Amino acid sequence: MTGVKFDFDKPTKLIGQPEARLDAKRLLHGRGRFVDDIQLPRMLHAYFIRSPIAHGKIVSINTSGAMDADGVVNVFTGKDLENVVEPYVGVLSHLAGLRSPPQAPVAIDCVKWQGEPVAVVLAHSRAQAEDAAELIEIEYDELPAVVDMEKALDESCPLIHAGYDSNLAWQRTVDVGDVSSAFSNPDNFVVKKRFKFGRHTGVTLEPRTSIAEYDPSDDQLTVWYSGQAPHMMQFIFAKHLGLLEENVRVISQDVGGSFGIKVHTYGDEVAVAAIAKLLGRPIKFTADRYESFMSDIHARDHVVDARMAISASGQIVGLEFDDVTGIGPYSMYPRTSAIEANQVLNLTGAPYVIPNYRATSKVVFQNKNLMCQYRAVGHPIAMAICDCLLEEAAAHIQMDPVEVRRINLMADNSYPRTSASGMKLDELSHQAALNKLIEMMDYNSLRADQLEQRKDGVFRGIGFVSMVEVTNPSPMFYGIGGAPIASQDGATVRLDAGGGIHVSSSVTEQGQGTNAILAQIVADVLGVDLARVKVTTGDTKTTPYGGGTWASRGAGIGGEAALLAANALKEQILDAASVILQAKPSELDIKNGQVVDAKTFVEKMNLSDLARTVYYRGNELPDEAKPELVATRHYRVTDAPFVFTNGAMAAHVEVDIETGFVKVLDFWAVEDCGRVINPLLVDEQIRGGVVQGIGGALYEECLYSDEGQLLNTSLADYLVPMASEMPDIHVAHIETPTKSSVLGAKGAGEAGTGGAPAAVMNAVNDALRHLGVTIYQMPMTPERILSALAETKTDN
Amino acid sequence: MGQTKKIKVMVNGERIERDVAVRTNLSDFLRNDLGLTGTHVGCEHGVCGACTVRVNGQTVRSCLMLAVQVDDLEVTTIEGLADTGPVSALRDAFLKRNALQCGYCTPGMLASAVEYIEKIGEPDRKKIREHLSGNYCRCTGYQSIVDAICDVIQVGTEK
Amino acid sequence: MKAPEFTYERPTEISEALAIIAQDAHEKAFLAGGQSLLPMMNFRLAAPKTLIDLGGLKDLKEIVAVEDGLRIGATVTYSELGASALVSEFSQVFDSVLPHIAHSAIRNRGTIGGSVALADPAAEMPAVLIALGASVELASQRGTRFVPADEFFHGLYLTERSDDELVLSVFIPNSSRSLSTGFYELARRHGDYAIAGVCISDDSRPSGSFNAPKVVLFGVSDRPLRAKSVEESLVGVARNDTRKIRSASEALSDLVFDSDLHNSQDTKQRLASVCVRRALEAM
Repeated sequence: MTGVKFDFDKPTKLIGQPEARLDAKRLLHGRGRFVDDIQLPRMLHAYFIRSPIAHGKIVSINTSGAMDADGVVNVFTGKDLENVVEPYVGVLSHLAGLRSPPQAPVAIDCVKWQGEPVAVVLAHSRAQAEDAAELIEIEYDELPAVVDMEKALDESCPLIHAGYDSNLAWQRTVDVGDVSSAFSNPDNFVVKKRFKFGRHTGVTLEPRTSIAEYDPSDDQLTVWYSGQAPHMMQFIFAKHLGLLEENVRVISQDVGGSFGIKVHTYGDEVAVAAIAKLLGRPIKFTADRYESFMSDIHARDHVVDARMAISASGQIVGLEFDDVTGIGPYSMYPRTSAIEANQVLNLTGAPYVIPNYRATSKVVFQNKNLMCQYRAVGHPIAMAICDCLLEEAAAHIQMDPVEVRRINLMADNSYPRTSASGMKLDELSHQAALNKLIEMMDYNSLRADQLEQRKDGVFRGIGFVSMVEVTNPSPMFYGIGGAPIASQDGATVRLDAGGGIHVSSSVTEQGQGTNAILAQIVADVLGVDLARVKVTTGDTKTTPYGGGTWASRGAGIGGEAALLAANALKEQILDAASVILQAKPSELDIKNGQVVDAKTFVEKMNLSDLARTVYYRGNELPDEAKPELVATRHYRVTDAPFVFTNGAMAAHVEVDIETGFVKVLDFWAVEDCGRVINPLLVDEQIRGGVVQGIGGALYEECLYSDEGQLLNTSLADYLVPMASEMPDIHVAHIETPTKSSVLGAKGAGEAGTGGAPAAVMNAVNDALRHLGVTIYQMPMTPERILSALAETKTDN
Repeated sequence: MGQTKKIKVMVNGERIERDVAVRTNLSDFLRNDLGLTGTHVGCEHGVCGACTVRVNGQTVRSCLMLAVQVDDLEVTTIEGLADTGPVSALRDAFLKRNALQCGYCTPGMLASAVEYIEKIGEPDRKKIREHLSGNYCRCTGYQSIVDAICDVIQVGTEK
Repeated sequence: MKAPEFTYERPTEISEALAIIAQDAHEKAFLAGGQSLLPMMNFRLAAPKTLIDLGGLKDLKEIVAVEDGLRIGATVTYSELGASALVSEFSQVFDSVLPHIAHSAIRNRGTIGGSVALADPAAEMPAVLIALGASVELASQRGTRFVPADEFFHGLYLTERSDDELVLSVFIPNSSRSLSTGFYELARRHGDYAIAGVCISDDSRPSGSFNAPKVVLFGVSDRPLRAKSVEESLVGVARNDTRKIRSASEALSDLVFDSDLHNSQDTKQRLASVCVRRALEAM
């Protein structure tokens, strides 16, 4: 943290105000520019033929029919690209022992999941490419598919990768304290549950899209890319296509939702870039919905056997679990597919004082689509394991779920400290968040209503979660392990001759409002009208170097860089003004776009006059004055691996025990994301996240057959939450600004998705427990709830 | 390119005459042939609602109509939704409520919202949610969209 | 996901449409609202060589009261059905059912004839028509015939219609005016295809008990299913006898239920039973 002092409470403050997102006007007029909107001269359309089987050898590929088809320019197979693209390997050195074999963008000899690209048709239109694809004859020699992750490590299970002794990709154990004693002590109550978390996926409304254009005259590759991390992709395209990084330009403008789906390296995009290089003309690839389901990364898919020991007075004594997760046949490049499991190990139980903690995660290969980081990586699993066991345990000792949290949540004045797994925690407010939540939801009335309704056969439940979210990651997240992923971000802030301010930043806009909050911060710091600040993001050619959008870091890291850069520009402006106005810089300030007397606020000169003097009429300045009106600053978190945030959430549900249908009646979220830059944007981030979390809890699941066929590849069969079924979501904040930055902002983008599933699961179980029924499998579908109810009937 | 057919269609008030491949659906025709890229394509099987436009005043999924089917009809896309009356009020309310994030669903969402205001027009959150149930938004959580539509109806009623 | 090549015809007379379909009928398809056919073509699950657009056939767009009933043209859309006072007058059931069929933009294009001809087993309209005792008017160059809805649906996307026949209309008899109806469906999300649903009709107004109920399930098999045992158990049961209604609604063991992606056969049966009871209780 630098010595910059900043007044967040001045009367003209913009930081903290619910300012409308000015750049949203464009989108409301249909003037967004998404990658698929772009048409370039001589552009061809790529269509990928994908493996129809989960595992098999490619015996032969006959492309001659397709080559002769109308509109087709070329067809490429994996072998055709073998010498053009260097294969990639999704491992990181700090995830010790993680292994994954080299992966080619288009399968070469063997296919390892249904959906893996096998050949690419290039044609003048997408429809022609699809027509031609039907003429390609591919013969496969089918191999047994490893589908069930729980059997992937059995000795009898076939191996997916030759040369590996098992289908294990990675495993890690965390062992703190004396777990065995905690569970063997007869004074403690032990609850034990098996949790299942279904596979789901991000379903960005805009599918993955890219256009690659290669100019051989100066060896220049330009990629328009609907994604989150342009600089990372610049490195990847350069490395794997043998180009200099400075010869690769990656542009990410409007992105129609990303949620982590668009921060990975997909063979499709790499192949498209390689083919653009080979053919010397622009190539467009737009995934359709069918192939999005088969090729966008999936997430979750964990089975966890977990138990908790609790004392008679309600103190958590120990927590122990074994997690297994299937990641598909490869670890995704470059972030790896072990991060989610690692997060589960690191985050489970983090809100609570847990003296004894042991957890193991096994990450296994299987012949399904690849798994990797999707919004709230690992969080829904970690939060559900601890908070659902905690409510189960509380029920056993007949303690209210709020009371048991009050007993076990870390005290707000007890930081800094470490979590059960050893993570460094600071500046959290679990107790205050829970208190605010209880007040907001009128808890006692809901409990009274629950009993009343039950008399009429209406089964309502209230469930909670206290959660942490990993935000603002430092280099300890990826950089340390050798990934080309920047944890720092930069901002350049410039005063232009007209008096307007231009900001360019390395964080990217995915709709969350990055550009808006950067403008808000800069306008606040500089004392200018918000409408005079223009923001550029998402272009490796014109923005500072940085990480982009992931792990809820845009506001906290990108925002801090913008604050520091704006502050530096302000000093430059006041220096220049002091020369022109014959005053000391400390006697001057900027208000409403005017340089003013710092004490009296009397206007001295407007910023445009100042800039025009500097830019046009330098003759009016003394020769020794060398004013700069542009400043760049970068920022990274240095004092902790991550800046944790916390929140408390509650769900109110009604379970129809005849049909198994769950209706979420209400939802509350109290979030401490440090300083709130724009409550309008943060609240909607939380709500959108909660809805994705409800999706995971109740609706969303990628269903596979025993042969590894993905069964639901349309939006009619893969259920995402829609407006009719979603509740209103009440959001409140506690603001504990992080001391790791001047701005004090922490992330908020993943909290809802991380916390909501556990709250909903707890609420469903709260509704059913008095019937002797609980359910620990997500999504909690009608069928699963009915099955749970039926089992109880049989037991009785 | 297979069979083509000449169509005459009024798009956003502009008379258009084009030869169009008969298999081209309306969304591709609007986007690729006419450059009206405000109509977004999210699923091409009629579920997501991103491509919703108005044909002769009624909302339709433009991915589930052929371009040849709009011969002699009127098509209005987001680019042609008049910036007056309820549309203008909706745009202001969407901005004020932050009822969009990535903006990909927004053109279709606005088309459905306008239809709701015209056909039903009650500030009833349940009915609004039902009416929007064919428009998928992955970012907002829907609440702010419902808020924005309610705002427009309530202001309209007070006048 | 683009539809394969096809040729496109847009006849303006029914006779012209029937002449086009008379040749190589199995390679051709009628395009009504297109709300099911076009997505199937986009997925390349359907690839007719010729599409015959019915949009130019004005006769098919009409809703006409005739002497013995109501004739609803095949290309009348769900939205038009919902807006028709004539339709509401014939049966209240349409007002209950229509909001459950997909979403406004789909209802603006989707047609009653298209739904009947496609015979998606999860669709509401076939079950409604069976419950109302409706029939389907088919025409080909070989002639015109009426098929009772109860005999029309043969299986998954299979109907009594021959490849060369065009659905001209759906005919609702005057008797449906005196039917009381019930409808209930369970869908995970508003407008989704139901995972179980039922449409019930009965001429029970005079006596206060069930006389000759028709109980038609949908979304639980490869076609709409008449729950005959339920119907028999209901005869003579007072409409307010919740105990007997509950027991009747469980009489489904004579039927074979199909599972779907998310629900087993047992679940389907259980949900069907709940739908039947809830529909009956609301009648």
